[in-house]
Amino acid sequence: MAPQTAPNQVTLPASLLLDSGETLAGVTIAYESYGSLSAAKDNAILVCHALTGDQYLASTHPLTGKPGWWERMVGPDKPIDTDRFFVICANVIGSCMGTTGPASPTADGQPYAMRFPVITIRDMVRGLVGLLDGLGIAQLHAVVGGSMGGMQALSLAANFPDRAARVLAIATTARHSAQNIAFHEVGRQAIMADPAWADGDYYAQAQRPIAGLAVARMAAHITYLSEAGLTEKFGRRLQDKADGSAGAKSFGFDADFQVESYLRYQGSGFTRRFDANSYLYITRAMDYFDLAEEHGGQLAKAFAGTAARFCLVSFDSDWLYPTAESRHVVHALNAAGAAVSFVELSAPFGHDSFLLDVPALDRVVKGFLE
Amino acid sequence: MTTSLRPDLAVIAEHIEPGSRVLDIGCGDGALMAVLRDRRQVDARGLEIDPAEVERCVARGLSVVQGDADRDLLAYPDGAFDFAILSQTLQTAERPDLMLDQLLRVGRRAFVSFPNFAHWRMRAALLLRGRMPVTRHLPVSWYETQNIHHVTVTDFRELLREKGLSVDRSWFFAGDHEIGPTGANWRAEYAVFEVRR
Repeated sequence: MAPQTAPNQVTLPASLLLDSGETLAGVTIAYESYGSLSAAKDNAILVCHALTGDQYLASTHPLTGKPGWWERMVGPDKPIDTDRFFVICANVIGSCMGTTGPASPTADGQPYAMRFPVITIRDMVRGLVGLLDGLGIAQLHAVVGGSMGGMQALSLAANFPDRAARVLAIATTARHSAQNIAFHEVGRQAIMADPAWADGDYYAQAQRPIAGLAVARMAAHITYLSEAGLTEKFGRRLQDKADGSAGAKSFGFDADFQVESYLRYQGSGFTRRFDANSYLYITRAMDYFDLAEEHGGQLAKAFAGTAARFCLVSFDSDWLYPTAESRHVVHALNAAGAAVSFVELSAPFGHDSFLLDVPALDRVVKGFLE
Repeated sequence: MTTSLRPDLAVIAEHIEPGSRVLDIGCGDGALMAVLRDRRQVDARGLEIDPAEVERCVARGLSVVQGDADRDLLAYPDGAFDFAILSQTLQTAERPDLMLDQLLRVGRRAFVSFPNFAHWRMRAALLLRGRMPVTRHLPVSWYETQNIHHVTVTDFRELLREKGLSVDRSWFFAGDHEIGPTGANWRAEYAVFEVRR
């Protein structure tokens, strides 16, 4: 599906007051939309993207030429049906696909780099609500997201309870665990240890910190897969040589194993579409995320009095945001008296299951949005 | 008005006050919840262990949480519901007595339905054939049944007495028809009790 027009952008009329206490002026939000907004403006669904996602939800990515990241879920007659719904996906602040982030120029014409303020998930949501205001959408039919997108969906429900009638949060959590933070710290240290990072001021250089960013992506990518999935896909199989002959141990440090080759490919591909500083800022925002902390330490208070309907979905092979994290949210919603559904689906793909072929997820998404 | 429901569920649906808050534990595909919502304006929530059933419930627009009643009932606040419903599930609980406590903690009143293991056909199977009964209502062999706590109408009444709980109403069924209370422990294939503290 082709994007309607390119590029869709709104510039927020007011500065964003951030959780850090700083303000961000002149914020631009880049987004894509699919389907048509009804005259009553009551058929909008906001899909929130994950850490390294972007607004190219169901249309070809301009840099990679690949299909949209959730094209299997969003489109005509798909579970999120663009014949019925006006589906919006916006690049979050701090990112690098057109929305204001560390690579964006400041008033002095130079990129923010590390002068960009540290942002939170709630700050991202403030930006998204600014976009909804700009589009004249008072209440969403639903807000939907997986992983970090699910954090935004929960944050929107907690902080702007009138803005969404339905909240669908998939493979997500209400707080980052020590293990989650630890993996992110490995990624950040890999970027900052790359000499080309240059304290974040690399935008004018020929060399960018792609080696560090690739390592960060490789480490993170492992957390998105399951051990069983990796074993099935790669096992201990060796990579064929460049001339097409069968692989063999090199007794060196080439990518002998298929899994090594795969990770290197994932890492280097990522550096062609993502900014290293954005990776630092967005992982920081996720690490700071603790929805209960924002609401006096009690997660149930975050959702007190909500009239929205909630649906949470987890996957049995997801060890990044395991089922217990979703249950924790469900218990809080129960305590708050909210209408909540929850299901743990069985899928072999680990955390990435929410992006992959899991027919039961399609049925739950479609059913919940009815 | 509730002819499409199983007879025990139909009785429960008829006796739930319109507009009340209800938790259906072991709600299956949500048939009772849908009737309560659509015909009695009830705010119904469900708890169901089977993900495929939860999926069907979500597709019907019902709010159902996948979970194990033995463990997950604890997460619901005291007195959150006017009614808690436990249909044909008591005999599968790890500790039916503790489950009953939980029902009347989260709900002010509870509907409990269960198969009566003292029905005359059950007694005959044991007495005459020396076999654990397999009946139309309980078609599963002893080694694969989920019914780990065999309970009778008399046993259940005795448990309520020991716990000091009172019975508001009770209904008895044989062959999908309601029967009178006389000799229910012999004649009823299953029973529904409405209980309170």
